[in-house]
Amino acid sequence: MPNLLIELFSEEIPARMQGKAADDLRKLVTDGLVEAGLTYEGAAAFSTPRRLALSIENLTAESKPVREERKGPRTDAPAQAIEGFLRSTGLSLEQLEARDEKKGQVYYAVIEKQGRKAAEIIAEVLENAIRNFPWPKSMRWGSGSLKWVRPLHSIICLLSDEGGSEVVPLDIDGITSGKSTKGHRFMAPAAFDVNGFDDYEAKLKRARVILRAEERAETIWNEATNMAFAQGLEIVEDRGLLAEVAGLVEWPVVLMGPIGEAFLGLPPEVLQTSMKEHQKFFSVKNPKTGRIEKFVTVANIETKDNGETILKGNLKVLSARLSDAKFFYENDLREAKAGMGKWLDGLDVVTFHNKLGSQKARIDRIAALAREIAPAVGADADKAFEAAQIAKADLRSEMVGEFPELQGLMGMYYANAAGRIADVAAACRDHYSPLGPSDEVPTAPVSVAVALADKIDTLTGFWAIDEKPTGSKDPFALRRAALGVIRLVLENNLTLPLNAVFASANKDADGENLLAFFHDRLKVFLKDKGVRHDVIDACIAMEGNDDLSLLVKRAGALSAFMATEDGENLIQGFKRANNILSQAEAKDGVEYSFGADVKFAESDEEKALFAALDTAEAAITPAMASQDFAAAMTAMAALRAPIDAFFTAVQVNADNEIIRRNRLNLLSRIRTTCLAVADLTRIEG
Amino acid sequence: MAEKPRSFQEIILRLQNYWAAKGCAVLQPYDMEVGAGTFHPATTLRSLGSRAWAAAYVQPSRRPTDGRYGENPNRLQHYYQYQVLIKPSPPDLQDLYLGSLEAIGIDASLHDIRFVEDDWESPTLGAWGLGWEVWCDGMEVSQFTYFQQVGGHDCKPVSGELTYGLERLAMYVLGVDHVMDMPFNDPQSPIALKYGDIFRQTEEEYSRHNFDGATTEMLLQHFQDAEAECQRLLDMPADDPKTGKRIILAHPAYDQCIKASHLFNLLDARGVISVTERQAYIGRVRALAKLCADAFVQTEAGGFAA
Repeated sequence: MPNLLIELFSEEIPARMQGKAADDLRKLVTDGLVEAGLTYEGAAAFSTPRRLALSIENLTAESKPVREERKGPRTDAPAQAIEGFLRSTGLSLEQLEARDEKKGQVYYAVIEKQGRKAAEIIAEVLENAIRNFPWPKSMRWGSGSLKWVRPLHSIICLLSDEGGSEVVPLDIDGITSGKSTKGHRFMAPAAFDVNGFDDYEAKLKRARVILRAEERAETIWNEATNMAFAQGLEIVEDRGLLAEVAGLVEWPVVLMGPIGEAFLGLPPEVLQTSMKEHQKFFSVKNPKTGRIEKFVTVANIETKDNGETILKGNLKVLSARLSDAKFFYENDLREAKAGMGKWLDGLDVVTFHNKLGSQKARIDRIAALAREIAPAVGADADKAFEAAQIAKADLRSEMVGEFPELQGLMGMYYANAAGRIADVAAACRDHYSPLGPSDEVPTAPVSVAVALADKIDTLTGFWAIDEKPTGSKDPFALRRAALGVIRLVLENNLTLPLNAVFASANKDADGENLLAFFHDRLKVFLKDKGVRHDVIDACIAMEGNDDLSLLVKRAGALSAFMATEDGENLIQGFKRANNILSQAEAKDGVEYSFGADVKFAESDEEKALFAALDTAEAAITPAMASQDFAAAMTAMAALRAPIDAFFTAVQVNADNEIIRRNRLNLLSRIRTTCLAVADLTRIEG
Repeated sequence: MAEKPRSFQEIILRLQNYWAAKGCAVLQPYDMEVGAGTFHPATTLRSLGSRAWAAAYVQPSRRPTDGRYGENPNRLQHYYQYQVLIKPSPPDLQDLYLGSLEAIGIDASLHDIRFVEDDWESPTLGAWGLGWEVWCDGMEVSQFTYFQQVGGHDCKPVSGELTYGLERLAMYVLGVDHVMDMPFNDPQSPIALKYGDIFRQTEEEYSRHNFDGATTEMLLQHFQDAEAECQRLLDMPADDPKTGKRIILAHPAYDQCIKASHLFNLLDARGVISVTERQAYIGRVRALAKLCADAFVQTEAGGFAA
């Protein structure tokens, strides 16, 4: 069975797009082949800066012929029906078969599709894949209308087996398929022919191109770590950067160089960020000093001076960049030591949002709120206020202007320089956290207070001006902010009823609506942790649902309860009681809520239920008062057997009206007792 | 391999010769203040329409906010760009470009030359394209862009644009650390001039002017005048009563657009434009650029056939 090799050779493909593009090529082509009736044993896709490649092994040489039978109308059906059938099958009347069936003669269409050669199918599928390739951004070039990520230069499309190889002919807007490619742009620019995948990969390597991205990444990582190790140093791991750099070179050559002495005093994060963002350098750390003292850069070429010129050039660019960074840092430190006044004043002229005022106005709100929240999170109110006031000062610093991703972190360095205490400085760094679902949640009380105030101010602010997220649109990242509040509250086990906080944060915000938004986010959050949505609903329906810790505690207990046999059966018993009661109430137009009296109880089971309810109520009331949901659930579970026994032995709708009413009132006690724990009517199933 | 160039002007001359030899019309700088070589009508307007085009030129460029009083080693409020625009982009444009580096003394077998993703967008021109910044040993030496849209019009055919930041490139090739120390003419000349001999004083003067000197009320008024004039020129009927010809004032109107753009940059440097206003100003310049593009494609040079 033949193997297929495809290569799409172009100008440099952005590193960040290469991996997905290789996957897309594999998927588009293999799906297309399978759909057209071919099968294969294996497929693998590859990418380098200048090419996407696909190797498919043991492809069937042709698709099987397909015979399809379709039943049509009866032979005596109206002419229109028969014409319609002919149209849908594309056959003429003579080509139909008339077959005798029970109800008379019926037309059948027998459509036979010939098997097709693999080459024919491949050409169609590949053209379709190229023309509909899902690049995040694509472009035209020259006078053509074909779109690709950058100009596409050549295509290899080659079928090969033991007998040899054959080009699958293809012409896409003047680019014809062949069996030739080029090696490294500078080290082996000449074109060469290949006769199959193994030959292709081997010849590329000779032409100074490593086809596999993971092999390039491995080479880089191994050489870099060895080089660092030899000098007693270590590379700061950065997988994202490694993948990116592996996508920038076809032939990685690792070079290591020093960072000038003058720059070693910069915060390590600044060195790392500057080198990574501007130059895609890895940072090299001295484990003894903890400082970043060298860098590793990855060139795409071997030179006769062993990279000396390249390293010299890179060093020069690095010094220029770090001179800038040092200049910024020193200016910033001066400003910080002077009390950051200029930055804070400057924030007054920066608009946060045209309906929500300046950054300064926002900071004032956050500071007031942080002070208010502080006691609830165990923080000193004055420190929380102080931290919130300076937490965003670094937005006006030169360093953050240059590297926005260092916001917060620089705030900490500058707060330290300004002589603020460690708690306050840490809050400057951590108040943006958590940013994502896996980001670490601050635990230091001052940081927690400011982090909460920051997010709640944003949420209530946008709620007040009616800029809520809709559908997929969430330009102000409000979902993320709400999740941040949820995680801060839960992971720090805070008792913080949100309604009051919302009201004091912004009186114009619709707190009820915002709380419902929080509940939605909480549902998503808990669902990921395996809590059923109806269980959450049952708890949200209870009082105190703006206390998220309480809410989650209740949901956790209910979830655990429902996982037991008693729990599951009790819910059924509760539902049965509730249904009978609701129907009776609807029919009689009254509410049975009071006065069940054990003296009207006839059977032992009925009496036992009275006793069980007395016991359960006596246990549940104090348990709920102390928020001991587990104890309340256990007490509720004890009702399961008496309720089941009651329903087995007792007919609620007795003929005697007094006894019937008494029993309905008894059911009402079940309902009331159970609903005190959670709104079990919302449990599904 | 060509010998190493010895001065800033030699690098410019070699680029001129190289691109002339490759068939470009070597134009002269546009005689107005612009922020980048792209603003020259030889790029902005000529990238529109169906007619083939190939031009190369030096463009003095002004970025008022980048003024550093001549002190910063590589930041200037006035600097030179070398610009090449070829339409339709030829299939070997990358090789042509690499040839130009060789012409100015960059040996591709010794250096690490890389094409790193960089999508170009000019909000003021309503233009975007895809391409790269070209790195030489980690330093950005050029922008390489395939224009996709200019002034809101799809570019058909597509132009290939190359932009070299001349000072930075030359400093690298000549091995100079501070721009002001760079030899402008040949260091062996009877009167050898450094970049600083020519530009240090003007960098000081213009830095002060841009940040503190320029009268903002006047600039605001001029911005409005340029905006109004641009629109007025384009509103004039195409048929000229005096000559009886169809004469659309695309270029004169575009001059006003360029003017508005530079005035905006000056106002920005003076710090009188707030963050929210910024977007509005950029939008106003873009609206002019679009009108000019609309007008240009109605002209003969813009591919209009009566």
